[in-house]
Amino acid sequence: MSPAVAKLRGILAANRAARWSFAVLCTLYLLALLAPWVAPYAGDDESRGRSWAPPSSIHLRESDGSWHTPFVRSVSFTFDDDAQRVWTEDSSCRYPIVLFRGGHLFGLADALPTPGWSASGGGVAPSGRLYLLGADARGRDLLSRILLGSRVSLTIGVVGVAISTAIALLVGGIAGFAGGWIDGALMRLCEVVMLVPAFYLLMLLRAALPLDWDSRVVYLSIVLILSFLGWAGLARILRGMIRSLRQSDWILASRALGTHPWTILWRHALPQTFGFLAVQATLSIPGYIVAESGLSLLGLGIQDPQTSWGNLLEEAMSIAEIRLHPWSLLPGLFLFAAVLSWNLLGDALRDAFDPRGGAS
Amino acid sequence: MSLLSVRDLRVSFGSPSGPVHAVDGISFRLGEGEVLGLVGESGCGKSATATALCGLLPAGARTSGSISLSGQELTVLPEDAWRRIRGRRVSMVFQDPMSSLNPLMSVGDHLVETLRAHGDLPAREARAEAVQWLRRVGIPDPAARMSSFPHELSGGMRQRVMIALALCPGPDLLLADEPTTALDVTIQAQILDLLARLRDELGMAMLFITHDLGVVERVADRIAVMYAGGIAEEGPAAAVLARPRHPYSRGLLASVPGFHPRAGRLPSIPGSVPSPRDWPSGCRFHPRCPVADGICTTAAPTAADGVACHHPEATA
Amino acid sequence: MTAFLAKRILGMVPLLLGVSLLSFLLLQLSPGDPLSAQRGNPQIPDGLIRRIEAQYGFDRPVPEQYLRWLSRTLHGDLGYSFKYKRPVAAVLWERMGATLLLSLFSSLLSWFLAIPLGVWSALRRGGWPDRVVSVTAFVGMSLPSFFLALLLLYAASVLPELPLVGRIPIGGLVSPDFDQLGPVGRILDVLKHLLVPGLVLAVGGVAGLQRVARGSLLETLRQPYVVAARSRGLPGKSVLWRHAFRNAANPLITLLGFEFSALLSGAAFTEIITSWPGLGLVALEAVRAKDMFLVMATVLMGSFLLLVGNLLSDILHAWNDPRVKLS
Repeated sequence: MSPAVAKLRGILAANRAARWSFAVLCTLYLLALLAPWVAPYAGDDESRGRSWAPPSSIHLRESDGSWHTPFVRSVSFTFDDDAQRVWTEDSSCRYPIVLFRGGHLFGLADALPTPGWSASGGGVAPSGRLYLLGADARGRDLLSRILLGSRVSLTIGVVGVAISTAIALLVGGIAGFAGGWIDGALMRLCEVVMLVPAFYLLMLLRAALPLDWDSRVVYLSIVLILSFLGWAGLARILRGMIRSLRQSDWILASRALGTHPWTILWRHALPQTFGFLAVQATLSIPGYIVAESGLSLLGLGIQDPQTSWGNLLEEAMSIAEIRLHPWSLLPGLFLFAAVLSWNLLGDALRDAFDPRGGAS
Repeated sequence: MSLLSVRDLRVSFGSPSGPVHAVDGISFRLGEGEVLGLVGESGCGKSATATALCGLLPAGARTSGSISLSGQELTVLPEDAWRRIRGRRVSMVFQDPMSSLNPLMSVGDHLVETLRAHGDLPAREARAEAVQWLRRVGIPDPAARMSSFPHELSGGMRQRVMIALALCPGPDLLLADEPTTALDVTIQAQILDLLARLRDELGMAMLFITHDLGVVERVADRIAVMYAGGIAEEGPAAAVLARPRHPYSRGLLASVPGFHPRAGRLPSIPGSVPSPRDWPSGCRFHPRCPVADGICTTAAPTAADGVACHHPEATA
Repeated sequence: MTAFLAKRILGMVPLLLGVSLLSFLLLQLSPGDPLSAQRGNPQIPDGLIRRIEAQYGFDRPVPEQYLRWLSRTLHGDLGYSFKYKRPVAAVLWERMGATLLLSLFSSLLSWFLAIPLGVWSALRRGGWPDRVVSVTAFVGMSLPSFFLALLLLYAASVLPELPLVGRIPIGGLVSPDFDQLGPVGRILDVLKHLLVPGLVLAVGGVAGLQRVARGSLLETLRQPYVVAARSRGLPGKSVLWRHAFRNAANPLITLLGFEFSALLSGAAFTEIITSWPGLGLVALEAVRAKDMFLVMATVLMGSFLLLVGNLLSDILHAWNDPRVKLS
């Protein structure tokens, strides 16, 4: 383990972009891990009266000029003459933003009346909501949903790549080592799978596997579908590597000693490929993240009420209305940040393992 | 006046550990139509010399000293002035003809391109002239060869094409950087004869770089022996080969089998060629020299009468 | 050349057969048969359902089903699409053109942008133009194409009318008043609609292409034949384009072949988001409507396009490099 860790540290030390990406990724994954706590609201916490509420304005000064800790006001909407929504703030009270509220990292404290405000009737304070990044169609806090969605989006890539790599190792290893008709048949299979462009393969698999409503099954099915995309190309490369390794002297010596072929394959040959695999895996993860997001965006992946970034972006797809809630595009920024960071990290890894590859 | 006059030429390359002085103060002359053989082992700086004479050193290389071609100083020339010199006045033949020819262009395309770049020839005349050049360098069936690609030719043929390419603009000076090293021995002889014949026909001067003494014997009028960035000995070919005065030249000639046939073990120069990053003090050859003494370790000898040695002609 | 083409086209057949077998087997995994979703639909006449059942034999063993489907396909009958209420072949035929147009347009656009950028940054290696282009290219590569499409559509929807172009359309192939436009107007109309989807696809393509172009050119400029060309006093531009670039183009053409799969996938996504009526949109709607014959046909068509793309790339390779033997 240690040489790999040492190598990683070396790469991070040398490459500033890699350091930044590593930091960003650690932050994102940490946030994903702690999401239910960091997010101010649960994923299904609706507030129908506040459908498509804009990001909350954070105030520091009360109407009487006094300074306070950051607070927000309750919002509601009316329709104007053009049937467009107009949002207004209720100035009767304020909601301070506090830390460690209700089992979450931060949230809103109870309403505090605005000094000098005289209520015309009743006395019930309107409820407040902290929409740091705005709300969706059902009044759910977008930031919370993004954080919760990151748990799916960020992990599906990693799990998918792991499964893909495992399949590729199995197929490529067997094909490369066995040779003969097994090799031929497996490689033909890979060729056929690679012949279908990724999108159409996704469509095919989705048509073949109608999804349950159980969230765990959905997640697993999506992961399996995604893994099916990548294994074929990797299997071919691995098969080539194993084949050339097979001819190398120390493998021949092993065989001459009578070692069982399986042992040779698993304990001697395959470990040689691990460096290459590590780089490939890192470079592939962004593709899987994007694929899952794309699938969910089309409504064929993670479904409501589960969240993933792609799922959230589905709301931005109604082109005609996007002007009314441009913050629906924000999950895309998180997606971009994750993909960019993985790409930079993968690039740095690849340069470290093979400096001559890629642009100089 | 000599055609080429090189005075105290120094070439250094940048490197992570500081500048590397590949060529460290060499001087020689070359007259019109004369052939100078520059002999030395790898790492002595002879290729760098040739590249400097052509202005093709990589970015990051520094030159100092003087290179004078028919009175024109070349070291201070900007790139576009160099372009006018290259081909027309100075031209180069490279060591590996396979990688020195564009694999995507046919032989004819290569020649026509060079011919038209140096003269205002219409395409048809350029093609005819190209065929003539192929004939001149001894390629059989030249018209058919015009449409051949480099990978379809043998090593010897490729080198002939390279020679044609280098000579068709009509340069006064041809730099030949190990032109036969990559070829079979029998082909080597043919190429050397070709170069000699062309020199007679066209009258250009040649700087012939090689590590092979047998080759240089065949083609050179004068010989300069290079070691560790400097010239150890220089003089008429016959004289240097028959009576070498520098201990290094003597060691070189003694170690070539067949040159001076004798029985017993083949002598060799002890030690190995120093790296340019780590040249010995004083006379650079002193760690390997059989006649070195105190002064050799401290003071670099200056060239006198064609030899740079404190004790020329001394025997061990 | 014709012998080579014939061989390649013949070679496509077993591969496509393989794809059809793979899709057929995969679709067997879904419960029921291709008509399951349609049987409950009152709009679909019973007679039609029974006819199709008879043709494809859903109660027969799987190998026989496949062979039936195969023989019908070879006769040009790719099945019936319930969503579009037309034979599948007709639907494909209508939509293929749009996908081809989009793919071709964005490929050309990315090449025309990437090559000058790549050359420019290679020649100014290490300088700030090089760095800016590198960073932009990397960002472009990391930006998911559908996100870019959404961003551009958002921008187009908030932008005012532009001179010359008018409002940039945010969906569809043609404007509602297409039929009233003259031939030039029609072409311009389609081009206007092509702008957003084409740009989205091109951006993703440019990034990768530019990096390879730059790297390849830097590698080529170091080659001995470039030095040799300079030694003959050839003018700089000549050396750059005839000697360096033509050789640098080889990896680019190879990349084109590999990228075709990604191009088709990206095109499909972009089509869906920008409502461009191509093959990708059809595939999605087929899956949503559980229109199985259509799904299989789109998969086949996608693979076919990929094969054609690879063939074109190989031909381009052979045209550029005389060492490549077409065999």
